[in-house]
Amino acid sequence: MTKYIIKRVLLMFFTLFVITTICFMLIRILPREMPTDKVQAQAIAERFKALGYEEPLLTQYWIYLKNIFTKGDFGTSWYIAFRQPALSVLVDKLLPTVLVNLYSLLFSIPIGIALGIYAAIKKNKWQDSVISTMVILFVSIPSYVYAFLVQYFLYFKLGWLPLQVYSLADGGGSWLTWKMFHSMIAPVLALSFGEIAGLCRFTRAELTETLTSDYMLLARTKGLSKAQATTRHALKNAMVPILPMIISSFIGILGGSMIIEEIFSVPGVGQLYIKSINLLDYDVFMMDSVFYTFVGLLAGIVVDISYGFIDPRIRMGEK
Amino acid sequence: MAENMQNIQIPKEMFEFVNHGERIADKKFEDKPIGYFKDAWIRFRKNKASVVAAIVIIAIVLFAFLMPVFNTRYDSRFMDAYYAKKAPRHTALRQFGIADGGVDRTFSEKSLIKAIAIGMAAEDVDGTGDVTLEEGMASEYQPVLNIGEGIEKKRGKNVDITYPDGRIDAYLETGFLYLSIEQSEYQKIVDWENATGKKVLYPLIEDNKYNMDPADANNWYKAKKNQPVYTKGSGKDKEIHYEPGMVLEDNYKRNEDGTAKFFEMTGGGTLATAQYKVRVLYYNYYQYKNGFEPNYILGTDSQGYDLALRLAGGIKLSLLVAVFVSVINFLIGALYGAVEGFYGGTTDIIMQRIAEILSGIPFIVTATLFQIHLSNRIGPIPSLLFAFVLTGWIGTSSRVRTQFYRFKNQEYVMAARTLGAKDSRLIWKHIFPNSLGTIITSSALVIPSVIFQESMLSYLGIVKLGSAGTTSLGTLLSDASSIWTNYPHLMICPAVVISLLMISFNLFGNGLRDAFNPSLRGVEE
Repeated sequence: MTKYIIKRVLLMFFTLFVITTICFMLIRILPREMPTDKVQAQAIAERFKALGYEEPLLTQYWIYLKNIFTKGDFGTSWYIAFRQPALSVLVDKLLPTVLVNLYSLLFSIPIGIALGIYAAIKKNKWQDSVISTMVILFVSIPSYVYAFLVQYFLYFKLGWLPLQVYSLADGGGSWLTWKMFHSMIAPVLALSFGEIAGLCRFTRAELTETLTSDYMLLARTKGLSKAQATTRHALKNAMVPILPMIISSFIGILGGSMIIEEIFSVPGVGQLYIKSINLLDYDVFMMDSVFYTFVGLLAGIVVDISYGFIDPRIRMGEK
Repeated sequence: MAENMQNIQIPKEMFEFVNHGERIADKKFEDKPIGYFKDAWIRFRKNKASVVAAIVIIAIVLFAFLMPVFNTRYDSRFMDAYYAKKAPRHTALRQFGIADGGVDRTFSEKSLIKAIAIGMAAEDVDGTGDVTLEEGMASEYQPVLNIGEGIEKKRGKNVDITYPDGRIDAYLETGFLYLSIEQSEYQKIVDWENATGKKVLYPLIEDNKYNMDPADANNWYKAKKNQPVYTKGSGKDKEIHYEPGMVLEDNYKRNEDGTAKFFEMTGGGTLATAQYKVRVLYYNYYQYKNGFEPNYILGTDSQGYDLALRLAGGIKLSLLVAVFVSVINFLIGALYGAVEGFYGGTTDIIMQRIAEILSGIPFIVTATLFQIHLSNRIGPIPSLLFAFVLTGWIGTSSRVRTQFYRFKNQEYVMAARTLGAKDSRLIWKHIFPNSLGTIITSSALVIPSVIFQESMLSYLGIVKLGSAGTTSLGTLLSDASSIWTNYPHLMICPAVVISLLMISFNLFGNGLRDAFNPSLRGVEE
């Protein structure tokens, strides 16, 4: 197991390294725009020169890697937050993204799984077909349509929720206040519809498969009631693929949903990404790209490895 | 199942031998054989949800392609800035109470009078100023569609004022506009008026203390602080309120003989070349200019384009991009997966590693980089296509690869190889058809995800389509995003279309998946 994990992690870092290299090359060759203010432009140009931005590309990459490993320096933001390290700019934006997505997950996981179990138990009855139809609808409709619906009904018609997430100053100076939570309900809801439907579909599919398997028949012949057999045998086995999916969702909350952040103006990582493109703040853009890649890869291998922990027979990616 | 279990009694004499004394072993089958695809088609037809989804898809495609054909009045470049963001309106459908161009509104007294006054002024073709409220309300140019009950509010000591809810025609509400036109144009309008009997030119308004906003051509009645006043008789200003029998006193510019003034010289130049300042009823001026009434079945978008046409263009673009990506992914994925799966070994390991690295790049990063680097050179849509194609085929290729691993060592393949079949024949003729079902399904399911990604990218502004001719569903949504609470139709139309597309393509894809999966045969019944 340890050997397997080490191998997967090393491979992940190799992939990350290659992608980082490609992104770096593609981003660094873009022309940099200077501020119109001449004094400032001069200062920035000097600074760029000092940082080695005019060296050949490979030398620049060497400097970039050296800075990351020796100083943890991923570059500097020049426009979003003048002369702040790109890493700290990103870290500042993490909390809102994580909170919104965490709330959404905590809200949707129990509901999604419960609905999935219920549908699987009532398979081919009307309850199942209602849930399955809803699931198809809710899985297909894009999240931003939910966002508009939530805004329209809960803000515009009923006035229960604010239109957008409060800024830090309006929300009482902290992301964890009650007022802040209230303003986050709207994006959380918009994210949750799809999440619930997806989980419900997955749970139902897995559970119906285990419910019809032979060991369930054995359990019933041994004299277990249907409820006992379901909770003790079917549910446990159905959880084998569901748990890794949930774990990967928890890693995915770092990345968040760009479009939901844009609609509800959550000052998170996704909004930072859009801002960095619009303002041509390349170091932040690079930072954000590497971050997204890392989160994606991490979620991937954590799923594979957690399979191994939950069910030691499974080794994902092994021959 | 229950019917089959019944005990069916058939009398013995009803049985007869099928082939008594006849050899049928060498005869050809009378029925046509049911192949893989025919079988899939039969089972696809049984799945009602997918059939409905397919019909919805066809309907949307027809809408996208036929809308510009049937809509001969507007083309994608027809734009009217005064009729921007307006609600759906159609002259024929109006009579049934739908697409009446109306928006619900709570009026203040001043805004209600102002709206009603537009209808009254439209009836006053000669500028005599003696139109009654009833005539104005009956006018076909009356913007106020209905006035309902309202909220009562106390005003002053004991006067109750109601603020009625109502519905107002967003097109007629534009009312009158000042225009500066050529003299020859003026003559043309007069001719048009005589020919059609519709009035375009209306009297100009006096610039005095009773004209609350000289730039607004709808202030034709005497008012102070927006409240209409009555000055006749005593000569003193007396405020009037909205009530039955309300009379508005006109404030028209008049010639010396007392008739209303319809035009005025403006700008420099000689008498012959000077421009005329005129006041037009925009609804009729629109007809004079274009030759038809404004009929926008889905309303107009934020700039004044016909929303139905924009929507059709957006659907067309989204679908074309999606289908193109799906086809290219199919081709690349099939080729890559086939080579990977067939040859295996080192080739497979290297190719897998490449695919893994490519799939590790988040799509949003790929799309952004392609846009930044290429959109200036080859345009935003081709660079979007490249971004989709760069990583999109990986899913297809891994499916093909799995199928190749399953089938390449089977006996029939070995038999074909022994008979001397080349690699390419083995790959395409013998093994590849096994994976066709799965990859057709995955190609169908690529379409909704491409539509979603595309709309998301153009919503976020990463893909900037910009020019007036091309639009996508995401652009329509992002145009509407800041103003849609006031103009819901701008958001509802694209959102409904995109949701319908996503739902039906997903259902359609699921239907295909079930139909192409032979192990499900007989399970559904």
